Amino acid sequence: MGTHGRARHPSPLSRRAFLAGSAATGLALAGCGAPDVAAGRARVRQWNLFGGGDGARLVQMHEQFQDEHPRTALQAYTFAWGAPFYTKLAMSAAGGRAPEVATLHLSRLRGFSPTTLLDPFPRNMLTEAGITEEKFLPDVWRRCLVDGDLYAVPLDTHPFVTYYNTEICAEAGLLDADGRLAPFSGVDGLVDALRAVREVTGQFGASVETTNPWRLWYSLYRQLDGEFFDESGTELILDDDKAVQVLTLMRDLADEGLLPRFADYPACVAMFSNGQAGLSFNGEWEVTTYTTAELPFSMAPFPDVYGSIRTAGDSHTFVLPHQRDRSTEDTRATVEYIAWMLEHSVDWAAGGHIPAYQPVATSDEYLALTPQSEYREVADDVQFDPQAWFSGSGSQMQSEAAAAFAGVTSGDLPPEQAVAQFRAAVLKLLDTPSPV
Amino acid sequence: MAVNVSSTAAGRSGTATARTGSPRTERLAGLWFVLPFLALFAAFMIWPVVSGLWQSFFNVSLAGGEASFLGLDNWTEMIGDAAVWDSLWNTVAFTLMSTPPLVAIALVMALLANRSGWFGWLLRFAYFAPFVLPVAVVTLIWVWMYQPGFGLVNAFLTGIGLPEVGWLNDESVAMLSVVITTTWWTVGFNFLLYLAALQGIPQHLYEAAAVDGASPRQRLWRVTLPMLRRTTGLIVVLQLVASLKIFDQIYLMLDGGPNNSTRPIIQYIYETGFTSYRIGYASAISYMFFAVIILISVAQFRLFSGRKEESQ
Repeated sequence: MGTHGRARHPSPLSRRAFLAGSAATGLALAGCGAPDVAAGRARVRQWNLFGGGDGARLVQMHEQFQDEHPRTALQAYTFAWGAPFYTKLAMSAAGGRAPEVATLHLSRLRGFSPTTLLDPFPRNMLTEAGITEEKFLPDVWRRCLVDGDLYAVPLDTHPFVTYYNTEICAEAGLLDADGRLAPFSGVDGLVDALRAVREVTGQFGASVETTNPWRLWYSLYRQLDGEFFDESGTELILDDDKAVQVLTLMRDLADEGLLPRFADYPACVAMFSNGQAGLSFNGEWEVTTYTTAELPFSMAPFPDVYGSIRTAGDSHTFVLPHQRDRSTEDTRATVEYIAWMLEHSVDWAAGGHIPAYQPVATSDEYLALTPQSEYREVADDVQFDPQAWFSGSGSQMQSEAAAAFAGVTSGDLPPEQAVAQFRAAVLKLLDTPSPV
Repeated sequence: MAVNVSSTAAGRSGTATARTGSPRTERLAGLWFVLPFLALFAAFMIWPVVSGLWQSFFNVSLAGGEASFLGLDNWTEMIGDAAVWDSLWNTVAFTLMSTPPLVAIALVMALLANRSGWFGWLLRFAYFAPFVLPVAVVTLIWVWMYQPGFGLVNAFLTGIGLPEVGWLNDESVAMLSVVITTTWWTVGFNFLLYLAALQGIPQHLYEAAAVDGASPRQRLWRVTLPMLRRTTGLIVVLQLVASLKIFDQIYLMLDGGPNNSTRPIIQYIYETGFTSYRIGYASAISYMFFAVIILISVAQFRLFSGRKEESQ
């Protein structure tokens, strides 16, 4: 088309004017998308991975925080749990344009390359805001330190626990005089309890997530004192006999029909909700689901099967993802936000999580929460994932464990082979040069 | 708008001899028109392709830090990495299993919908409806249907006295489950292409065949199917490419399980690059997969150009 084309075909709106107009409209629309940060207002962008009941509770807490802090602009974004969240967070931090604050599983801290992807907390600001070491459990606090710098502030501890249907368990004769689950222990105790429940349900004793049995396996393996990595964290010292022993128990329970042979996560929850199972071994975060469903249930620590109440768990923390130009003002507001969340973490605890902030964890308000405070004593016995760049919640190592162990309950893979496969997978990960 | 375009075309053809501008300025003007596209294409296509290849020779980490030159280490690691070849095979297996039903069933559905009279609209709607659903909804529905014990499919099987099938937990069945779900979900698109092609077959061919005494079966084999050959070629090409891209359904339904038996190569690339931060190694695997796709495309191109010559 030459210049003559336009002259011959006059249109009411010239092409050029149209293009200019639409470009301007585009710019104006893009402008609308920019956050409304009034001058002098500190900005706290928060990224998290909380869905379901936790997500709803977080939104409520954020609304209250915003009401009480009009000078801070809090913008919270929720992403899908696990790898989708962590990949996005890592990429934003790798580019130096991360949000001011994000949630992170404590077990993933080392694997998240804290020195490049996270900014350390300014300790003086934390002290000013009242966030100090003695207000947390020593083991949890220690895990937040990397090379002496503090990279995470813990919000909660979330153990693997026992849910029990009070009506089914009463009928099975498992409740004590107070209507609580009478503690049972040992392999025989567990099997007897599961059998008694199955008598009532006619289907399963307990529901567990068999497609990803890492938490169940690791709880029991740690009860056997099984070790994972050596001191240096570079050598695998997995005890094959103990690992096989745990998997054999899981297989036997599934063979007898006391556990489902196959249940993915939603099925594990559904089986407990609809009474196919009278017990459920799962993380404590489903308390809201069952409360909303008005299920007659309560909660207890994961049973002592091999002589201790160790149970798998993790901790949600706040971290400062790496920003190229971190503003002191925004960081101050961020620390203020974190301190507020810790002080109000009894609201968070309603979702099942044990508050990490000890002034709240020992408060009457928290102790009055049932069933959420029924298993608080396990906080000290929570077993975090072995530490490596490929371990932690939603990590590669958990997927490898899921791949190897899921076949055991379904009867496809003998326990010995499952352990051999898992061992080989972890050795391969150890051999891979660490990318962090 | 449409009027504008046609009048421009008419004007152009009418004044082709009366042009005053030199070919050179015409060409320059053309360049300005494609420049915005070229810039975007270079920034979002050419540059990533080149830099991806470059990165495959370094230990680039998503977590940052200095990347050092590895030479061919990523590539030799890939050759010895069984997970790469297992997942590549899973992708190929899915493609081989899903393409035939997605083409054949679409054809049968199109033939049915084309023949039926007053309820044709219902068939067209019913066959195409699943295609408009997002993948997350599709997988959610099918995962519940496949559940053991209370899932719709297994409840039906036990209801008629058959044993349950471990749709999601049996290694030998899981891929088939994904193929069934994918067929239900996407067959509507191929169906639409076939239906359009069927309606494009001139009626006089059938009339001539009928006059010559061809039975309905002969009309199908001698008129309809040969006339659909080009469409079938197109559908097979599109379907192969779409199937090789498999990731969403498997990731959402099975997360590559049970025991990685369905994990497609794209999921392994995603896990390596984004979950484990090893962008350099993930790039090397991507390039290998890229080469496989090119090989398949070239093979198809050969087949097709061969067929065209044959028909001339």
